[in-house]
Amino acid sequence: MPETTDWSSETYDFDRAALRAKLRDVPQEPGSAKPQPILTVDNVVRRFGGMTAVEVEHLEVQRGAITALIGPNGAGKTTFFNLITGFDRPSSAKSRFGGGQGPFATWRFQGESLGATSAFRVARTGMVRTFQLTKALSAMTVMDNMLLGAKDQPGEHMLAALARPLWRKREAEIREKATDLLARFKLDTKAKDYAGSLSGGQRKLLEMARALMSDPAMIMLDEPMAGVNPALTQSLLGHIQDLRDQGTSVLFVEHDMHMVRHISDWVVVMAEGRIVAEGPPEHVMQHQAVVDAYLGSHHDQDLGDDSVLDEDFAAAVADEDAERAEEKA
Amino acid sequence: MNFLYTLFQDGGAAIISSTTAAFALAAIGLNVHFGYTGLVNIGQAGFMLLGAYGFAIVVEQGGGILLGVLAGLAAAAVFALILGIPTLRLRGDYLAIVTIAAAEIIRIVGGDQSLAPLTGGVAGIPNAKYSDQFIALSPFPKAGLFTFGPWTYPYSAGNSWWLSLVGWALALLAALVVFLLFRSPWGRAIKGIREDEDAVRSLGKNVFAYKMQSLVLGGVIGALGGIVFVLGASVQPDALGRTTTFLLYTVLLLGGAATVLGPILGSFLYFIFVVWLQDVVAQFVPSTVMNSSQIPQFTYILVGAGLMLLVIFRPQGILGNKKELSFGA
Amino acid sequence: MREPIAPRRRAHRIRLLGIALLAAAGVSLAAVAPAMAATPSPTPTPTNTVVQSATITAVPQCTVDPALGCVAGTLNDGNGNGVKGVTISMSDAGSDAASTVTNAEGHFAFKVSQNGLYTLTLKTSTLPSGVKAAVTQRKVQAVVGALRAAFFELSGSFKGSKATTSTVPTTFIGTAGQLAAQGLLLGLLLALASIGLSLIYGTTGLSNFAHAEQVTLGGFMAYSFGTVLGLPFILAALAAVVVGAASGYLQDRFIWGPLRKRGLGLTQLMVVTIGLSFAAEYVFQYFYGSQVQSVSSGVQLNTGPLNITPAAYWSMLVSIVVLVLVGLALQRTRIGRAARAVSDNRALAAASGIDVDRVIRLVWTVAMGLAALSGALYALVYGGIQWSTGVQILLLLFAAVTLGGLGTAFGALVGSIVIGLVVQLSTLFLSNNVKYATALFILILVLVFRPQGILGRKERVG
Repeated sequence: MPETTDWSSETYDFDRAALRAKLRDVPQEPGSAKPQPILTVDNVVRRFGGMTAVEVEHLEVQRGAITALIGPNGAGKTTFFNLITGFDRPSSAKSRFGGGQGPFATWRFQGESLGATSAFRVARTGMVRTFQLTKALSAMTVMDNMLLGAKDQPGEHMLAALARPLWRKREAEIREKATDLLARFKLDTKAKDYAGSLSGGQRKLLEMARALMSDPAMIMLDEPMAGVNPALTQSLLGHIQDLRDQGTSVLFVEHDMHMVRHISDWVVVMAEGRIVAEGPPEHVMQHQAVVDAYLGSHHDQDLGDDSVLDEDFAAAVADEDAERAEEKA
Repeated sequence: MNFLYTLFQDGGAAIISSTTAAFALAAIGLNVHFGYTGLVNIGQAGFMLLGAYGFAIVVEQGGGILLGVLAGLAAAAVFALILGIPTLRLRGDYLAIVTIAAAEIIRIVGGDQSLAPLTGGVAGIPNAKYSDQFIALSPFPKAGLFTFGPWTYPYSAGNSWWLSLVGWALALLAALVVFLLFRSPWGRAIKGIREDEDAVRSLGKNVFAYKMQSLVLGGVIGALGGIVFVLGASVQPDALGRTTTFLLYTVLLLGGAATVLGPILGSFLYFIFVVWLQDVVAQFVPSTVMNSSQIPQFTYILVGAGLMLLVIFRPQGILGNKKELSFGA
Repeated sequence: MREPIAPRRRAHRIRLLGIALLAAAGVSLAAVAPAMAATPSPTPTPTNTVVQSATITAVPQCTVDPALGCVAGTLNDGNGNGVKGVTISMSDAGSDAASTVTNAEGHFAFKVSQNGLYTLTLKTSTLPSGVKAAVTQRKVQAVVGALRAAFFELSGSFKGSKATTSTVPTTFIGTAGQLAAQGLLLGLLLALASIGLSLIYGTTGLSNFAHAEQVTLGGFMAYSFGTVLGLPFILAALAAVVVGAASGYLQDRFIWGPLRKRGLGLTQLMVVTIGLSFAAEYVFQYFYGSQVQSVSSGVQLNTGPLNITPAAYWSMLVSIVVLVLVGLALQRTRIGRAARAVSDNRALAAASGIDVDRVIRLVWTVAMGLAALSGALYALVYGGIQWSTGVQILLLLFAAVTLGGLGTAFGALVGSIVIGLVVQLSTLFLSNNVKYATALFILILVLVFRPQGILGRKERVG
């Protein structure tokens, strides 16, 4: 298939209502085609011993959307994440020595094929991830963490590193950018602190901010809410929506549906390694496959009851629902 | 008073000694590996030995001193590549296992009688066969002794002021290179890798390449240390075995891993400790309690125990910063 | 006040000082008149000792008396026949030297009047054609009043040499078969040690670089209880196992357990094991010296279908029985299953009510006991124990464990046998010294193509 998609920012759906309108016409079934898929995944299978952890035949992720990848614990979400970001290798990957049986795993990001690409190359194509257990570099300062996220720093080459004039200018640029980002994430006062001294929520924010240093086309968040003080989840959700509004597509993993419901534009549900349902958040929860998937593993979990949320969050959710209603109107 | 003067004199001699400079150099190389990058190389003596062989053999065969040094450094670089390619993608233990084994094999093969025409077998290569050109480069008188305070050494030949000067100049140069590199973005990436290589990978950095560069750089500095070492002694495979590597770890951890001057300070302190211990035992311990051949063994027992205690109770050494602890949980 | 001494000479001076002191001790013991000749030494010597020349004399046969030490040996070719007419010379650290020629039985002897470290050199050009020496130079610590043996390992056979001890023909296949038997033997001894190494790795995640010293410890305990105290080897080996196991228990009780509680990182712990291994090596040298200490008494001839010594047969049998017992214990007993569960998933094991610390302590105890047994048998089979015996097989242990799959006990067994066989069989084509390089080569191949080992499982990432 020839690549004709225009990936410039002019074609990005900054208008969320327009984006949602587009998604409304997308069929609500596993593997459905999206109008502007930024990421297309085919035949990604991962087996551990006899167990199949992930078996995704086809998935498209809409550009400009906040797509949530949800599913009960053990559904294979994080494994799937690791596979497409190059941190793990699909069992269905084309063997290095040829041979093996197809169909082989392939996936494309912004038109670039990523079939057997190492993690750092995936990140360089503009698909940057964060981790479920935050990987803030604790023995480095917050600022150094940020600077490490930048790209095109000539001083990262060993020989150029010796001569400061070769990288001083770029260093000043990225430092400025880091300062801005830290201010946006309200971490500016912490710039000189060791990342190890931050709270769990602040580390999540730092990790997100650090990922943004390279201006990724898509950011992939692995359980961004895990281990975060509930009082901070609200601001974290706000930051995720800001990311989208400023031109970064978002794919994030979460096992708690309530978090997902109010910020995502599209929801993909995984269970036992497969994608069992897709759809907009307000509809996908009603799919029989989703109910089965969750009931199968969490008999006691209530799917749509907002009373499980704490009051602050419930209020935030109510506000957002109202906002969204206004948008639609 | 007499005894205190002996301590002063021997301590000073330990600091001037080119052997101390050689150890400082090799420890600076090990610092690049272990201190900054977190690579557990237990074969630094192998890098030294390769440097020494490369240098001595090329000079002995008439290659000239510059070519000799280049050959020694190149041998270490190739060694680093051979050891790094299979191991640097895997857990750190594998590098440790492979380096300790490979260094031992270099020592055994170097001492093998079948290579005697080249390496001199177990007996090694005598100093006189490769040191002439180095002595010829000396700006000082070629013969005669020079006395500075209580220390008298030859100007140029053998274990000379000239050699000490060159050794320490090289050590300071290596320290300068390390300083320049580790304040640069390159060094930032390396420190990030030491802490969590997946985090750095997720930011689009080629972790494998960084680790390889570090392994080669540290190995080459180690080889330089080996060359300085054999200019003050002869090339003997058994003189650069595991014991040397362990001593280098002690030197490094004593001074402070991941600090620019730690290896140099550690080298000073270690060699002063060794001569003072000898002096004290010679002065106060009757030979029926400990005979002189047991003194080095006793020293090494203390060194081994000291290394354990250092790692447990003061892993940052004298100069290190506990918050930037280079290795740990 | 002493005059300044250049650091390069310092090592030399220490060595001289050592020899001088040894010599002085020997002299006073033997009541020989002092100061026979001063060694021409470029370095000044402390005034309270006298450096003497050690007198070396070549003799046809050497008989030990209180004033004389002997260094003697017999050159046997690959068939066990004496090799005559070979020039052997012996020298001390100074200028004294003597040389002799082996007699019809291949025997040579030197007598010395001073304790010290002597160098023996075999003149390769005097070897009959067909016979090769693996090592042509050897250092021997001679002691006045004792006989010290000097071995030169020869391979091949000279013309007319009849196979006397070997019933296996010296064909390629025959040699290969014999090497395979030796490989199996080595593999079994390695397995005893490597299973513990692997179990410790499995349960704690630690690569224990001091494991080889536990093997050495076992050998020295067998020497201390057997050769020194005169116990039969079986009892000595049992005592070695008890001491080894106790050292394992104490180590975990006082070092590794508390360090785990302190939350030391694995890299830190690994460096601690390196420090321990270093200290242990020199503790051995401090108490046992640097020479080989003999464990088995008397020379045994190769017999039987595998053409190895009776001691080797017994060692193989003991190894197999112990390995089977360990395997059964891991499979069948409650604590064995617990150990495997901890190895599999520590957190899960802890959550399901297993006392992880107790299991780990037991693993350390058993692992060190097994390593000691390996060392005792190793010393028996290979004739002696030395401070560096353990580290010589450290690479083989790690290669075996990696090949089998780090953390799997059964994998360690399989890996050990494979490594033992390959290392021994490689001497068919390669020089004896290079055989360890073969193990490294295998290790690297495994790391490149199957880093999880033969029986290991690929780890999950993230």
